[in-house]
Amino acid sequence: MRTRAPHRAAVATAAALALALPLGACGAPQAVDAETAATARGPITIWYSNNPQEVAWGEQMVAAWNAAHPDEPVRAQEIPAGTSSEAVLSASITAGNAPCLVFNTSPAAVPEFERQGGLVDLDTLPPGEDGQTATDYVTARSGDLAEQYASEDGHFRQLPWKSNPVMVLYDKEAFAAAGLDPEDPPLGTYDELLETARTIVGSGAAPNGLYPSPSSQFFQPWFDFYPFYAAQTGGTQLVEDGRPTFDDADGEAVFDLWRTMYAEGLSSPEIYNGDAFADGAAAMSMAGPWAVAAYTDTVDWGVVPVPTAEGTPADETWSFSDAKNIALYSACENRATAWDLARFATSEEQDRLLLEMTGQMPLRSDLLGTYPDWFAENPAYVPFAEQAARTVEVPNVTSSTKVWQAFRNAWSAGVIFRSEPVGQALDEASSDVADLVSADAARGERS
Amino acid sequence: MSARTSQATPRPAAAPPRHAAGDGGERPASGLRRVLGRQPLGGLFAAPYLLFVLAVFAVPLVFAVYMAFHDYFFAAPGADVDRPFVGLDNFAAVLTDPAVQRSFLNVAIFLVINVPLTVVLALVLAVALDAPMRGLSFFRAAYYVPYITSSVAVVGVWLFLFGGDGLVNRVLGPLGLVPDPSWLVNSSWAMPMIAVFVTWKQLGFYILLYLAALQAVPKELHESASVDGAGRLRRFWSVTVPGVRPATFLVVLLSTVVGANLFTEPYLLTGGGGPDGASSTPVLLLYQRGIEQNEPGEAAAIGLVLVVLVLAVSLINRRVVGGDR
Repeated sequence: MRTRAPHRAAVATAAALALALPLGACGAPQAVDAETAATARGPITIWYSNNPQEVAWGEQMVAAWNAAHPDEPVRAQEIPAGTSSEAVLSASITAGNAPCLVFNTSPAAVPEFERQGGLVDLDTLPPGEDGQTATDYVTARSGDLAEQYASEDGHFRQLPWKSNPVMVLYDKEAFAAAGLDPEDPPLGTYDELLETARTIVGSGAAPNGLYPSPSSQFFQPWFDFYPFYAAQTGGTQLVEDGRPTFDDADGEAVFDLWRTMYAEGLSSPEIYNGDAFADGAAAMSMAGPWAVAAYTDTVDWGVVPVPTAEGTPADETWSFSDAKNIALYSACENRATAWDLARFATSEEQDRLLLEMTGQMPLRSDLLGTYPDWFAENPAYVPFAEQAARTVEVPNVTSSTKVWQAFRNAWSAGVIFRSEPVGQALDEASSDVADLVSADAARGERS
Repeated sequence: MSARTSQATPRPAAAPPRHAAGDGGERPASGLRRVLGRQPLGGLFAAPYLLFVLAVFAVPLVFAVYMAFHDYFFAAPGADVDRPFVGLDNFAAVLTDPAVQRSFLNVAIFLVINVPLTVVLALVLAVALDAPMRGLSFFRAAYYVPYITSSVAVVGVWLFLFGGDGLVNRVLGPLGLVPDPSWLVNSSWAMPMIAVFVTWKQLGFYILLYLAALQAVPKELHESASVDGAGRLRRFWSVTVPGVRPATFLVVLLSTVVGANLFTEPYLLTGGGGPDGASSTPVLLLYQRGIEQNEPGEAAAIGLVLVVLVLAVSLINRRVVGGDR
């Protein structure tokens, strides 16, 4: 009996493999021939974000395309649910089943997707009927802002689509209750911001001044440090020319500001289970134009540019873009159709519909001049449209996620929980980021 | 008392012989039969589960070993990528990383609190729920509800309870018993809080295991002990505890393995391992490195170190708790 056990195990293993091998063969992903795909036309699939406004915009855009192009039908769906859109997209790249276009590709994820071989260099696609190459088209639509979305080789692997420039929203009722002028709030400099927050918390108008998420995820600096750093430096990226930029007086000023906010209890280190601004747990919030629709019925809000240490005129203040772009994925077999659709979806007409239906800013140069009547009818969006012209993007480095995680860890230690002095946290973050960027460069040279 | 327990179960007189005539009796098995065994269908029926184990556990584990020794990253099919062999570099990188070292220390703290607390509370509550009482079904269900409730929902409740302005602080505040900073953002309290949370959430399942084990403890043993003058506490210690020892080993083993794989609670309850890494865990870092940062080589190295440590702890548990079973 005992001696026969291995035989049974062998039989079961053989049967299992007999079942598994055909299944594995069926599911084995195949690489797409890039040369053939570049000019191929036919049915394609696209994914877009799952928020109701963008779904509605996407549905009408696809319906308009399909009506005009019955031979090149587009099938659209929301990005499948996952821990994050980036994790889902990375998995789909690896599995070889990514859609042709994703209308929600984070610029921070693009370098990694590029390293995975998951994205198409848009300049490899044939020029459009107007003779414009992808670079021509991107530059013509987005102007100077387009430059920061180019890969290291100067080519585009993402079509800059829309931004949500981050500004400071404030609750007019809370400001009035604290004795502050809600129509002209003192929020121009760091001293004014601190004093305003102290007044609000001290008066009991709200338990916190600003309440960005204190959690450790890599993307959280985009809503506390980075808008302030962009404003303070006049649009400097976290990494420029292969070197971290933030270990200087400007970076230290932002660290010191926020450290004071946490130390004096003007911001909370605790996770808030909900929307702190909507719930009245904070009198101010870092938000983009999506907030117009989100808060109109719940908060009487005003908006100002991000403060700087000495104060900067509104029309010279920079911020973080919080952009989402369109990328063409290498699993796509009909790339000519996909590129045509990308251009169609970013046409002047569709961009206007995007504005109307989502309130988000198309990444176009001269946004206000392109849609003057719409902004006249919707003045709440004007500050965000003005800010959209002065936005800084995340650096286009391969280790982007690791860079931001290293930075966030230092921010947690030096600012939120104050287990390290600011100088030490800045040094450590700068050193870690420099190592990561150098490793990227070394890896790039090897390959 | 020992007469009954040591009594062997009599074999039915008419039990069929182990090798029935129709099965070939004592004749030498044919070559095919030798390979397929006496019950060839058994292998076929076992195949789906074996396939599951191979696909979900064995193949990924072998692949993780491969990734841990290479500069591996996930790439599109057909992509021209370089994934060189790097020897022990990934292991050296993660084992010298202070964040990884901290995460292993954190999970050790978690296990030191969670495992004993789980064993003691589950056993005591199982004994209580094994006694006849009013509302027994209600209490049994009540302890089981947290186990089957979504972690996301339960975490919301704990944030409400243990937040700075939460219910617990409002009660303890006047007594001067609130730590500063508050529980979940206090580097000394964050991990113990998670350990208590997980103990509470998982308790229903372990109570169930002990309840099943208690049914196998002969009542005669308790009666005999009572006759010999043992009180309730003495009977619990001398009869119940030894009687459920196999269940205790299972509880220790499962709570160790589940605890070592801690992810959801630090991800949600303390904002991704906060404050300042005080509640980060190896699996949380594994997720960050492998999924978010596309460094599966380092993630696999962390995973393999974790596997080895959990195996070592389990072997110690077996020696200490498992006895000769």
